[in-house]
Amino acid sequence: MITTVTRPPKNYLNEAYNLRSWLLTLDHKRIAILYLLAITFFFIVGGVAATLVRIELMTPNGDLVESDDYNKLFTIHGITMIFFFLIPSIPAVLGNFLMPLMLGARDLAFPRLNLLSWYLFMGGGLLTLWSIFAGGVDTGWTFYTPYSSTYSNTYVMTTALGVFITGFSSILTGLNFIVTTHQMRAPGLTWFRLPLFVWSHYAASLVMVLGTPVLAIAILLVGLERLLGIGIFDPALGGDPLLFQHLFWFYSHPAVYIMVLPAFGVISELVACFSQRRPFGYAFIGFSSLAIAVLGFLVWGHHMFVSGQSIYAGMVFSLLSFLVAVPSSIKVFNWTATLYKAQVSWDTPMLYALGFIGLFTIGGLTGLFLATLAVDVHVHDTYFVVAHFHYIMVGGTVMAYLGGIHFWWPKMTGRMYPEGWARFSAVLIFVGFNLTFFPQFLLGYLGMPRRYHVYPPEFQVLNVMSSAGASILAFGYFFPLTYLIWSLRYGKPASDNPFHHTGLEWRTPSPPPAHNFDVTPVVREEAYDFHPDDTPYDTRVKAEAEEPADG
Amino acid sequence: MDTSFRLMPQRASTVASQVDALYLYLVSVSAIVTVVIAGFIIFYAVKYRRGSPADRRMKAGRYFWLEVTWIAVPLVVSLSFFTWGAQLYFHQSRAPAGALQVHCVARQWMWKFQHPEGHAEINDLHVPVNQPMQIRLISEDVIHSLYIPAFRVKQDVLPGRYTSLWFQATQPGTYHLFCAEYCGSKHSEMRGRVIVMEPSDYADWLAGKSSVEMPLAGGRLLEELRCINCHQGGGATARCPPLENLFGNAVKLADGTTVMADEAYLRESILNPAAKVVAGFQPLMPSYQGQLGESEILRLIAEIKGLSGPTRAGASATSATGGPP
Repeated sequence: MITTVTRPPKNYLNEAYNLRSWLLTLDHKRIAILYLLAITFFFIVGGVAATLVRIELMTPNGDLVESDDYNKLFTIHGITMIFFFLIPSIPAVLGNFLMPLMLGARDLAFPRLNLLSWYLFMGGGLLTLWSIFAGGVDTGWTFYTPYSSTYSNTYVMTTALGVFITGFSSILTGLNFIVTTHQMRAPGLTWFRLPLFVWSHYAASLVMVLGTPVLAIAILLVGLERLLGIGIFDPALGGDPLLFQHLFWFYSHPAVYIMVLPAFGVISELVACFSQRRPFGYAFIGFSSLAIAVLGFLVWGHHMFVSGQSIYAGMVFSLLSFLVAVPSSIKVFNWTATLYKAQVSWDTPMLYALGFIGLFTIGGLTGLFLATLAVDVHVHDTYFVVAHFHYIMVGGTVMAYLGGIHFWWPKMTGRMYPEGWARFSAVLIFVGFNLTFFPQFLLGYLGMPRRYHVYPPEFQVLNVMSSAGASILAFGYFFPLTYLIWSLRYGKPASDNPFHHTGLEWRTPSPPPAHNFDVTPVVREEAYDFHPDDTPYDTRVKAEAEEPADG
Repeated sequence: MDTSFRLMPQRASTVASQVDALYLYLVSVSAIVTVVIAGFIIFYAVKYRRGSPADRRMKAGRYFWLEVTWIAVPLVVSLSFFTWGAQLYFHQSRAPAGALQVHCVARQWMWKFQHPEGHAEINDLHVPVNQPMQIRLISEDVIHSLYIPAFRVKQDVLPGRYTSLWFQATQPGTYHLFCAEYCGSKHSEMRGRVIVMEPSDYADWLAGKSSVEMPLAGGRLLEELRCINCHQGGGATARCPPLENLFGNAVKLADGTTVMADEAYLRESILNPAAKVVAGFQPLMPSYQGQLGESEILRLIAEIKGLSGPTRAGASATSATGGPP
């Protein structure tokens, strides 16, 4: 018997190994991997901060750290997790990797801008990291003035500068996605044949490009006041503190949609694949992403109901906030309906997707509590808000991110992850998450304010429950970190399309060659064409028959 | 470890039970929606799991009506939340007539309350039960937020501008008072107590309490700071606008506009007199910016209010005792 040694085919990972080929790559897939490594690092930094916070909060007194250090810990947790993990996570890792593949393109429209965006991310991230180790910052991730512009004695400006620089990374990524979607779709790939992943990344990109500059301006103005004493926000210098809040939230509310819209895109793909069904209400899901992107710019004042803002403005923002909830609920209903009469399998990515739908529903509903003016007066700046946004950001975005990483892991690495360990971890994360954050809703309504280092003893029981949950959650996150790395060497080699999904990225090898497609694909079928012979069900407004397939 | 456990905070104000009712409505609707969606997901994921023998024949056709329904129904329910919430919020934003004014100056990391009779308290606030109280708030440094969970009230306290909140306590007792806007090192220690007392106990407390600061009856700031040197002596040749009967009335300005002489106007005129010059007078008044703390400004305002008769502005601080109306 002759044993032949076959060399693995050339793909984007093995075509060159030196550092230069990675640090000067123009390949969107390699840039995605660079982002993956970077954001994982920042997730760990933010996670360590959270661990210390939760350990401290097990007792009502400040026995682990001093107040000043505690204030720095929650600030660092917020800044790292939001700007250096959540905002880039799905777009910069999965979006960068998949958008050209899903569009049948060779790369993004601007590969050099893509590499630049990673360097900007790293520059801002390292500057912020330096600030953390030089002494930290204690303003809270929201940097409210005049505390941040006049009173805080910590590294406000260097941290803010780090965020400022990283913001440009976001803008460039968004720009790239928008142009690529418009200009580089494969022949036959009309807008309504696009995967919903593309729709949601397109919508998120609109927000990235239009919203992030306002954050940059807000940070710049804080800098002018802090460094040059120009009175913009501090009344003692003739400024108005609420002006900062308007500028800050004008970006930071849409920012949460940057964090969640790509997650919606991932979930649509996972639910479709593991139901082997076109998502129910495809057009409604697609348009709802755009609606969220637009309406998301109109609701920032709901962070300011008790700030001293006019009560009439409060009423307008409250009404608009209820409106923006509607497109999100449309998605939840459509995903649920996709399961009806489908072929549902319970692979790990689907467990993450179903968990997402449940947790996002709770997070979204509690958003309605906060939009309700009279209730917000009571729960604003309490743990109720903390629980709400963690349900969406962690129960939502992080679960979607993990689901997406598992789903596309075979495509990105050519290896399968171990299914048993992965399912176990998904369940552990779900349980740990709920135990951590559900008690915080109760704590908030009881009146425990957020950002409290010490608290009245009657809040201890719920805090202990929350910290216990956090330890399970941390343990849960540890598993994927380990087995995914393990799988790089010992995982089962993956086929082109191990999960039997539609979409052009599954028509390339796993992992893809650097140039993505040997021949530019031509698209002749509708999106999610799992069962070409099936009786179609759809909810399109037009009464006409399906669009004719293009050439 | 304190093993006490409650699901809801105490209800000790007129507004608390209304806020709780709205909250419980939200909780009920949310619980139903969550259970229904989770139920469908689990049911479908089990019944239609890959390879199960369930019937999967789909009817052809449009499900547009389903989409419209599940857009319209949440929209209508949302609007019910909005309307109830906005109504209650509007009610919470308007202190009733006859509310007793208390001034509150917040600074890192303490609360200073000043009762109209001059009694001052640090971090604690004694109030009579069943009496509307309006707290006028200002900060000497950064943004703070006065939060009394048992009353379901909260209001950010800003530097440079007055804000206010009101409540009517319904139950004697002692309740937490928190700072709810992160304000630096000792934010979580910037706490106090609201002590609600029966009217007789409150009167006793007022009588027995020795004031931290001088009551208005003696040692008036208007004299100490020499305001009355200019602002007294009426007649056509007066150099400065009179302070008698000023508060709560309209003032005609040199530029032709008219403003209401409320607390914000008085504060601005003390700190930045040139901003609004009264018609018929020269801009002679010096600014007191940097020379007076917020507490002193509030005392001056209280004294100026005392120079007016019953005001049209509504809230009155002229009664010496804090009894119910």
